Amino acid sequence: MKDFQFVVLWSDVLFAVLIAALVAGVSFAMRREHLRRAWRGVFSRPSAMASLVILLCYLAVAIIDSVHFRPALEQKGDPAAGAKVVYSVEVRSLLDVVLADMRETSEKSYSEPFAAYLYEKQVMEQPDGTQKRDYPRLKYGAAHLQDPENERAADIAGRLVKAFAIGAALWLLALAVLARGVGKRQGMDLKTAAIAILRGRTAIAWDGFAWALLVVLLFGSALFTLSGPYHVFGTDATGNDVLYQTFKAMRTALMIGTLATLVVLPLGIGLGIAAGYYGGWVDDAIQYIYTVISSIPYVLLIAAAALMMQMVIEGRSDLFDTAAARADARLVSLCVIIGAISWTTLCRLLRAETFKLRELDYVQAARCFGVSNLRIMLRHILPNAFHIVLITVVIEFSALVLAEAVLSYVGVGVDPTTFSFGNMINKARGELAREPAIWWSITSAFVFMVSLVLAANLFADAVRDAFDPRALTPLRRRLRLGAAK
Amino acid sequence: MIAYLIRRLLWALPTLIGVNLLLFALFFVVSSPDDMARAHLGAKRVTQEAIEKWKADRGYDKPLFWNSAADGSAKFTDTIFVTKSARMFVLDFGKSDEGRDINRELKTRMGPSLALALPVFLLGLFVAISFALMLAFFRATWIDFSGVVLCVVLMSISGLFYIIGGQYIVARLWSLVPISGFQSGLDSVRFLALPVVVGVIAGLGANVRWYRAIFLEEIGKDYVRTARAKGLSESAVLFRHVLKNGMIPILTGAVVVIPSLFLGSLLSESFFGIPGLGSYTIQAILAQDFAIVRAMVFIGALLYILGLILTDISYTLVDPRVRLQ
Repeated sequence: MKDFQFVVLWSDVLFAVLIAALVAGVSFAMRREHLRRAWRGVFSRPSAMASLVILLCYLAVAIIDSVHFRPALEQKGDPAAGAKVVYSVEVRSLLDVVLADMRETSEKSYSEPFAAYLYEKQVMEQPDGTQKRDYPRLKYGAAHLQDPENERAADIAGRLVKAFAIGAALWLLALAVLARGVGKRQGMDLKTAAIAILRGRTAIAWDGFAWALLVVLLFGSALFTLSGPYHVFGTDATGNDVLYQTFKAMRTALMIGTLATLVVLPLGIGLGIAAGYYGGWVDDAIQYIYTVISSIPYVLLIAAAALMMQMVIEGRSDLFDTAAARADARLVSLCVIIGAISWTTLCRLLRAETFKLRELDYVQAARCFGVSNLRIMLRHILPNAFHIVLITVVIEFSALVLAEAVLSYVGVGVDPTTFSFGNMINKARGELAREPAIWWSITSAFVFMVSLVLAANLFADAVRDAFDPRALTPLRRRLRLGAAK
Repeated sequence: MIAYLIRRLLWALPTLIGVNLLLFALFFVVSSPDDMARAHLGAKRVTQEAIEKWKADRGYDKPLFWNSAADGSAKFTDTIFVTKSARMFVLDFGKSDEGRDINRELKTRMGPSLALALPVFLLGLFVAISFALMLAFFRATWIDFSGVVLCVVLMSISGLFYIIGGQYIVARLWSLVPISGFQSGLDSVRFLALPVVVGVIAGLGANVRWYRAIFLEEIGKDYVRTARAKGLSESAVLFRHVLKNGMIPILTGAVVVIPSLFLGSLLSESFFGIPGLGSYTIQAILAQDFAIVRAMVFIGALLYILGLILTDISYTLVDPRVRLQ
């Protein structure tokens, strides 16, 4: 008998493909000296290394949230007697298991962060049979305390100290491993290497990495230890833990930000290079297509296309056996739509670059040798224009994460049952209008969404500066001055 | 110049036809009017008669391209393509699925949209240019550095947070302005003040960064060195030379959005209850009113193409070296 049944959603597959491509790309870049040098340029910037830590954390959460299964239900019949194993219709992920003590500790309704009582008064039955309106104790939040008013602050402080100690210890361990690695290469002992790292004296900006890691570890271990006995970011209208929803929203944000590239890359690269290389009527036709698409306002076109997809998905509800599969279909279709609309930027940039490249001597030489057009495009033009692809994809990521929130508000984003930053913000609008206001849901969405987008923006800046030195970017000048000092 | 404009306008036509065909394909080929009727009538078990009636009431019961039942030219004109899609070229958008006249709604809702979008645009441009110039003046100092960091942070915050936060703090906690609503005339200032400020701040980060980069590029040019060499003060160089030349890419870049100001802002309008075209569009999307969505997408594309043409014209106006032919 199996306790669970693996479920593979479409987005899981696509995400796995993307991760595999990422790993392949990294190992490819590691083996090419000119690419290594460009990436070293990216990683010599502390802000980029710090952003990398944050982005990797989100990625880790998204990856363990992309392994789905359906747990087996409690059985009445004897399994040995051949009773069929029945699986729950609810699809869970590995993250749900990790965060079990957040997911399963549902309260009745709203409760403030770290609260011991519900946020609203309710009618309660007294032991003597009379009824009284008061704030009921939470079932799980701070349930271990006898007298929450007096004990809570000390309890939280005690747990925080312990959490910080664990976080700091983990950090020191990580720092030692890092210092050993760096020290071995440069012939320094552990202590000198550690100091060099923290002072930012290494070629790769390990100081940004280390300090960001410290923040993440302290914050993470605090969340981890406190989220057991408390609801760190409170609970929502149906009593579910807000922090849990925020963690689940990370996968959605990353999916929206990355899956569209699977559509953007083939279209943008293929059409962009073809237009620039062949010119003539091919160029005219491709230019026409992307002019038409890019002349329609972004949100409106997505809205129109997504409305149509929604109708198609709802009309074929027999194709999906679980609600999760249906919500997933909507997520994937949204990514496809976004991709089918936003390839135009990449296409335009690549077309212009190819125009320049095809006149260069080495391309002319290849043509004289009789190399086929396809081969010239793949071997000679694409590698030399690939930095544009990289920069565009990285810059687009943060814009897409932001767009998800807007689209969900407009009603054409991910399924309302999917956890996403957009849906959280959407709900928060009504919650803030209540008296007294429910502020924690939106605060949680704000903190985690802004740190994701900020990290993505900083990383994108570094990538652009390293791969396209001609582009003038604001941060660079200052940083270069700083390096000269 | 005139000949160029005429040619540009003629070039715009195929693009608009493309937009129109794309919309037609999306709304009538990818999904059928039957799907629309079902989405509208809600329940899964609607009868075929109800669907037919819904389609007939709204004129969706015609054939797509060729009406063999009609006579003469009506064979071609009495089709969904002509009555629903091609008619948009003469700016006749017909009736919404609710039965209201879209053209009339457009006329009445354009005013409130402009009342919000125009101040946001002008004030936003002014504030962003001033800020960028200030950062360029203090370039390579901590003021510049922290300004740029602030810009990146501002850019990383979703527009929704600005609106929700602004509404909560200014309107709810401080009670300085009404939370939402709209009145025409002078009273509108009270309602528009907050949305305008929020709109300006939301767009600030990206614009300041971009404009600052433009100013810094100008500062590196030879004429600035000449100006400094002849003994002009830094502020004279900045305001009289750099500002003027930097304004060329900034203004011509801003021109493209001017026609689209009529469409208003989707988010601000619906959050602040301003009865403009943006909130109209959102309501239409939420109510799945496809006629309105179609109309708004087409108008959006039309205005954007107009903006591109205006951009070309503005180049010749601000930079005498550019000649259109």
